[in-house]
Amino acid sequence: MIVEVRLFAEAKRKLGAAVVSVRLNEPATVAELKRSLASRDQELGRMLESCLIAVNEEYADDRVLIKPGSEIALIPPVSGGSIEARVHSRRFRIERFLI
Amino acid sequence: MIDIVESTIDHFTLVERVRSRAAGAVCTFLGTAREFTGERRTKSLEYEAYRAMALKKMAEIDAEARRRWPIVESAIVHRVGVVELGEISVLIAVSCPHRAQAFEACRYLIDALKECVPIWKKETWAEGGEEWIHPGLDDPRGETESVRSAKLTTVGSNSLSALRRETLAAKPETIGGEDS
Repeated sequence: MIVEVRLFAEAKRKLGAAVVSVRLNEPATVAELKRSLASRDQELGRMLESCLIAVNEEYADDRVLIKPGSEIALIPPVSGGSIEARVHSRRFRIERFLI
Repeated sequence: MIDIVESTIDHFTLVERVRSRAAGAVCTFLGTAREFTGERRTKSLEYEAYRAMALKKMAEIDAEARRRWPIVESAIVHRVGVVELGEISVLIAVSCPHRAQAFEACRYLIDALKECVPIWKKETWAEGGEEWIHPGLDDPRGETESVRSAKLTTVGSNSLSALRRETLAAKPETIGGEDS
């Protein structure tokens, strides 16, 4: 299957495109998507280590399955946060810094 | 009220919207475009959002805040596009029966937004050049130590690391099946 990956911010600037297409064998996981993205561009590969992948508008860890038609996005670190913070449980829970 | 807008954030109107006779306190936070970061001078900021996901995450943190505090009304609004110095890039306004609740809920909402909502900031420097701000991302163009340390001190991450370990230890999840 071919999936389209949306890019933002520095990732979009680096690749000069808002969307890249990636061919994946089914069934595919986020880990396989990352490997495929890393193999097409070395700089993007380095960047991926600090990025998260969103599948259907949810942060997704490496084990999440990608299906045909899934909406995929590469999420670079957001301006106020750290990668640890932007974690990906499907039901968002920040059991954190309070206050 | 949750929104992502491309023009000026009318903070007065938004604060008036959350004010309520059921509340004894209104707390607001305005994020504004700062001129100096360390010794580097900013010309303007630009924000980009993954709009659909950002709105969804904003709604989730709003719901989480409402589970934790007796919020009467809330407003979470982020601006995208170019933001000039001194202008408002993000607004949180929250009303609660008592002030401690309002302060805590407001703090929670802005911190959670900054960490989890996919909105990015680009600095356009007065000295020339542009830079997307991605804490933790290797920056081959380099940045001053003061900028880097300013970024690194924004959020303590010990408890967040623990959360990450906990989340990753949880059973695998499949996203995109039943609710798509």
